[in-house]
Amino acid sequence: MTKRVGLEGSFAVSEAVRMADVDVLSAYPITPQTHIVERLSEMVADGDLDAEFICVESEHSAMSACVGASAAGARVFTCTAGQGLELMHEVLYIPSSMRLPVVAVVANRALSSPLSVWGDHSDAMAVRDIGWVQIFAENVQQAYDLTLCAYRIAEDKDVLFPAMVHLDGFHLSHVIEPVILPDQRQVDDFIPEFEYPFALNPDKPVSMGCYGPPYIYTEAKKSQNVAFESSRKIVSKAWGEFEGIFERSYLPVESYRTEDADVILLVMGSFAETAMLAIDRMRKEGKKVGLARLRLWRPFPFDEIRKAVKGAKLLVVLDRCISFGYGGPVCSELRSAFYREKNRPDIVSFIGGLGGRDITIDQYEYMIKRGKEISENGSEEEFEMIGVRQ
Amino acid sequence: MTRRFVTGDENFSPGHRACIGCGEALAMRQVVKALGDNIILVNATGCSEIIASALPTTSWKIPWIHTLFENTASIASGIESALKVVERKGKRKKAKVIAFAGDGGTSDIGLQALSGALERGHDLLYVCFDNEAYMNTGIQRSSSTPYGAWTTTAPSGKMSIGQKTWKKNMPAIAIAHDIPYMATACPSYPFDLMDKVKKAVSVDGPSYLHIYVVCPTGWRCKTNLTIRLGKLAVETGIFPLYEVEEGKYKMSVDPPELTPIKDYFKIQGRFKHLSDEVIEEIQKKVTGDYQRLKEKMEGL
Ligand SMILES: Cc1ncc(C[n+]2csc(CCOP(=O)(O)OP(=O)(O)O)c2C)c(N)n1
Repeated sequence: MTKRVGLEGSFAVSEAVRMADVDVLSAYPITPQTHIVERLSEMVADGDLDAEFICVESEHSAMSACVGASAAGARVFTCTAGQGLELMHEVLYIPSSMRLPVVAVVANRALSSPLSVWGDHSDAMAVRDIGWVQIFAENVQQAYDLTLCAYRIAEDKDVLFPAMVHLDGFHLSHVIEPVILPDQRQVDDFIPEFEYPFALNPDKPVSMGCYGPPYIYTEAKKSQNVAFESSRKIVSKAWGEFEGIFERSYLPVESYRTEDADVILLVMGSFAETAMLAIDRMRKEGKKVGLARLRLWRPFPFDEIRKAVKGAKLLVVLDRCISFGYGGPVCSELRSAFYREKNRPDIVSFIGGLGGRDITIDQYEYMIKRGKEISENGSEEEFEMIGVRQ
Repeated sequence: MTRRFVTGDENFSPGHRACIGCGEALAMRQVVKALGDNIILVNATGCSEIIASALPTTSWKIPWIHTLFENTASIASGIESALKVVERKGKRKKAKVIAFAGDGGTSDIGLQALSGALERGHDLLYVCFDNEAYMNTGIQRSSSTPYGAWTTTAPSGKMSIGQKTWKKNMPAIAIAHDIPYMATACPSYPFDLMDKVKKAVSVDGPSYLHIYVVCPTGWRCKTNLTIRLGKLAVETGIFPLYEVEEGKYKMSVDPPELTPIKDYFKIQGRFKHLSDEVIEEIQKKVTGDYQRLKEKMEGL
């Protein structure tokens, strides 16, 4: 039976993992992910989840154990944040090139130094080129829903790529919100029992992870990219199925009041909800502004983003990450995605919300106004950092 | 009538690219023969991996996976846990999980992952093939390289005798995890090696085998000396063969008198720069270590 409960973001993720009947969990604690690994440990200890919990000695091993378990045909889960994702970095390439449907949840965290346990998107951006499906949640319900979806997507025979769900550290991981939890049967329909087609099995031996000399490496990478690109349509298909069962819908790019908008603000993750309030306020004043949220970060939704901002004169992008010596990574990708479009909007870049710094409604309004100024008069700088105390 | 003591099956098939006289390939072959078919093999990056798996070929007739250099024990932990669950859920029967790594992959970069796996008590066998350096990348030192040996990153020279540190005692580190079975072995003693493999996979929980493998390429010795050098390593007491079962030590080969290490050193280019004084210093260390090990044996 469907029920509505109050749940912390981390607990909502754990609940999704439990209902997905995961076989092997492996994780290492790091703020702000700890509540997920603690809750899952409890579930296993209480017999609410029949899984092996491998309490590893590092994130490098957490991801490695997931890779091994997935290669042996198990449904797996891990979760981490910030430094932990960085320590996993080397291993992250393995499931995406071996086509293993590992699912990970990342409670996004800033990177040292100075040490910061608080949220931003530096960790997510550092892993964008690896071939993981990357999805950003915006509230606790989405953290639950998108974790379920990650299994549906990753395990699809036409995908078989690992998937990562991002929830902003603290802003989502530690926030309690009402969540609708579905019936177990609905979850079972959505993610049926999974059998990995090439599992390590003495009855049907395979060699996995052979090395690729120059005569074959390029072909291996080309085929990986072709497969990854074509998983884009499966993501949308999975979200369509999700809507059919659970009556909530997700899109690679989600728009808010953009119909006739001249200026569109673009954000990712939990900050979208505050940004909507800014849009509402400006709409009330008669300003033609709207909001776009990138739900799907990889594979990058080129068509959807082009459609979503069609007709707008200006796209104002907020990055919660800085690529030193360059600027905002999301903005730079958007600029290149629009480069060959005939009627492209101008694109202005802001960076803020680093290391857990909030962005207020006023600041979103400021970005939109300042973005227009920059668009009209130009600027000396490639991007502007907001909320910096001088 | 001839009697076969060892299976003729080759799950590690010939045709791989190991160097002439490779002790590691020989040891792998013996280990795999003793293991049978119901296994899943996890291989670290290193010679053992690179000689037998160039896409689109493979020498492996049993399920085999290689991912990275330092995470072999963690990959194996994941597989072992997965098999436990799928068996519990009635989906598939279990197989024994085996990990292969070099001395670098074990005593240096992979030590943390190995320690984690041993401490957590996974039911797996971890095999370290110790050729006393990073051979795959060109004979660089590891913490398992013996004192005084020349390597490309601890070269001998006017200011250096080569390796400045004593060989890390990896078997002792494994034992310190209180695992049910640990043994040292050498392919120069094939039956001893295979018996130990069988014992190691029959225990419930983690077991560790440390296998001494001669590397003519890296040790700068003749390729027909592989077996001889393995024997000499044991007869000199440089690499004692022993096992530790549930905490009980047992010597596998105990020569009545140790051969002087000089006999072992003089046929290897990696030691040729060492003076008699240094060799004497090493001899003292070897004799002392051997005595201390023997004191741990049951009933001695
Ligand atoms: C993270 C990482 N660092 C370094 C390397 C390069 N590397 C590959 S194999 C190897 C040495 C392997 O030595 P060992 O484990 O002793 O095995 P052997 O080749 O001697 O059998 C090194 C340094 C790597 N593959 N990955």
